Amino acid sequence: MSIFQELADREHVFEFLTQVQSPVDVRHGPILYLEDVNVSFDGFKAINNLNLTIDDGELRCIIGPNGAGKTTMMDIITGKTRPDTGSVWFGSRHNLLTMNEPDIASLGIGRKFQKPTVFEALTLFENLELAMAADKRVFPTLTAIMKPEFRDRIDEVLEMIGLKDLRDRLAGILSHGQKQWLEIGMLLMQKPRLLLVDEPVAGMTEQEMERTAELLTSLAGKQSVVVVEHDMGFVRSIARKVTVLHQGSVLAEGTMDQVSNDPEVIKVYLGEEA
Amino acid sequence: MWLTRPLRERSTQLFLGVLFAALVAVTFLHLFMPQDSALHVSAFTVTLLGKYLCYALLAVAVDLVWGYLGILSLGHGAFFALGGYAMGMYLMRQIGDRGVYGDPVLPDFMVFMNWQELPWFWHGFDMAWFAFIMVLLAPGLLALVFGFLAFRSRVTGVYLSIITQALTFALMLAFFRNEMGFGGNNGLTDFKDILGFNLRTDATRLGLFIATGIALAIGYVICRGIVTSKLGRVSVACRDAEARTRFLGYRVERVQLFVFVVSAMLAGVAGALYVPQVGIINPSEFSPLFSIEIVVWVALGGRATLYGAVIGAILVNYAKTVFTGIMPDAWLFALGGLFVLVTVFLPKGIAGLLQKRRKAKTDNDTPTGQEATA
Repeated sequence: MSIFQELADREHVFEFLTQVQSPVDVRHGPILYLEDVNVSFDGFKAINNLNLTIDDGELRCIIGPNGAGKTTMMDIITGKTRPDTGSVWFGSRHNLLTMNEPDIASLGIGRKFQKPTVFEALTLFENLELAMAADKRVFPTLTAIMKPEFRDRIDEVLEMIGLKDLRDRLAGILSHGQKQWLEIGMLLMQKPRLLLVDEPVAGMTEQEMERTAELLTSLAGKQSVVVVEHDMGFVRSIARKVTVLHQGSVLAEGTMDQVSNDPEVIKVYLGEEA
Repeated sequence: MWLTRPLRERSTQLFLGVLFAALVAVTFLHLFMPQDSALHVSAFTVTLLGKYLCYALLAVAVDLVWGYLGILSLGHGAFFALGGYAMGMYLMRQIGDRGVYGDPVLPDFMVFMNWQELPWFWHGFDMAWFAFIMVLLAPGLLALVFGFLAFRSRVTGVYLSIITQALTFALMLAFFRNEMGFGGNNGLTDFKDILGFNLRTDATRLGLFIATGIALAIGYVICRGIVTSKLGRVSVACRDAEARTRFLGYRVERVQLFVFVVSAMLAGVAGALYVPQVGIINPSEFSPLFSIEIVVWVALGGRATLYGAVIGAILVNYAKTVFTGIMPDAWLFALGGLFVLVTVFLPKGIAGLLQKRRKAKTDNDTPTGQEATA
């Protein structure tokens, strides 16, 4: 096509106009590398030579006793805490240690905190609408219109989190578990590549746990999911690969059966429960 | 577009329908009913209703920031009064040499204080367009500066309410001073005409009443446009979970600033329409008590509904007119009693009562979706 034809073509979308999709390079497999990471708070070693690799599309569970450094690890990945030494890479292109929190979030790392916070006076649909990736300045927000593709995207996420029937109900009527799912849905609206989920089943009923397990396993493959959880039964029900943290470093890694038979693990952690 | 969206909405159509029907009815009853008929609406009543409509617009402005953004402003009277003063200055300049002292340029109070020339900030107010821009600009600028400082420092809740209260109190004290050049405690009065129309004629009064009704309609549509837009939902999100909203990537302080400035400008317009109808503007409009009263209207009518604010403002002020006529001393007790009764029995105000009835009706018609999903 000659340059003139190209300019006259009304359907033509020039390359500089298309939004750059998060250019995460996962050709080598892993989406997240942590290498020799060390963090200490006032002399206390919260993270001690931590090495961790998460593959693209993987669902990984991280367990460990209190103070094992699970939350600190999440903080490092999301840019909230800076490690003293070590390197953290997202794909093989992005060095997370050189980026701040909003940049890391917009790169496609979403994090769900322990306590769910949803907007109770808004409907589920509206909650997801606000979470959607968009221009969030005042005037673009005032003039924003609900395009069909946005609507489809929201409905798709509602379907995923299993709350489609409650689409137009206020989020305030949701149970604790449903709020957790809605919050995961709000994360999904931002199309993250990697989801960090902190204790998703705390305070859930047995049924809600099962439903959450289904939700998280269905997300894996499309997104990489890292779940930090205390509940052993839950971890057993979803995990293909489990990492045990202890005193800031990896104690064991493998399937649930492997790690639960590991004498070291039994000693420090599972021993209390088994 | 965000401004036309409310026009397609049932509730706004209903509100505008009722408002315009009332305007037409009052106009008709005033113009075409014979003076001695029981249905005749006197010019006095027309102006009184115009005053209620100004209060209604002010209440809508307060409901926008309080109901939807969670900012309890106890100083909105300041924006109302600033708009009123801008209009008052225009009306003063229109008097020309017809004042008591007959000075062609200086208003009476300046002659009385032996001032030789017009202060700089009085220039331009002889032109209507300039004055009308100032009606929006003066309250808007104050809200912009005040809001910028307050919201940037993340001052919210009770602290913000107290500061707004202090703001209006400080302005009241300042405007009481003769040296400020706004007529001191006498304020601005003795107006003659507006845009060339004599303010004392019935036709001008009717015109001002209708203009106020139209301003209320426009103000309502603007507010409704904001609250039904995505920005409105972000406002509600800021109101209920500010930190979470920030975490989603919204600049909460900018959302607050924008809505606050719009609200202040609407309050200014209400004040500007109020002044020619009551014929005077003085510093008592800045009084903290007045600002608190506005909040009471909104609370009585029903917060976060907009039309509730209109109902509340009109009902309370009508009650005030009636009560102060019968028992002037008992009015404040009646207002206080009303406020207590409404907060205890109707926490969502009169609008909440209306919504409950409507909801009860729809719930009977359709089974709830709750069981279907469980």
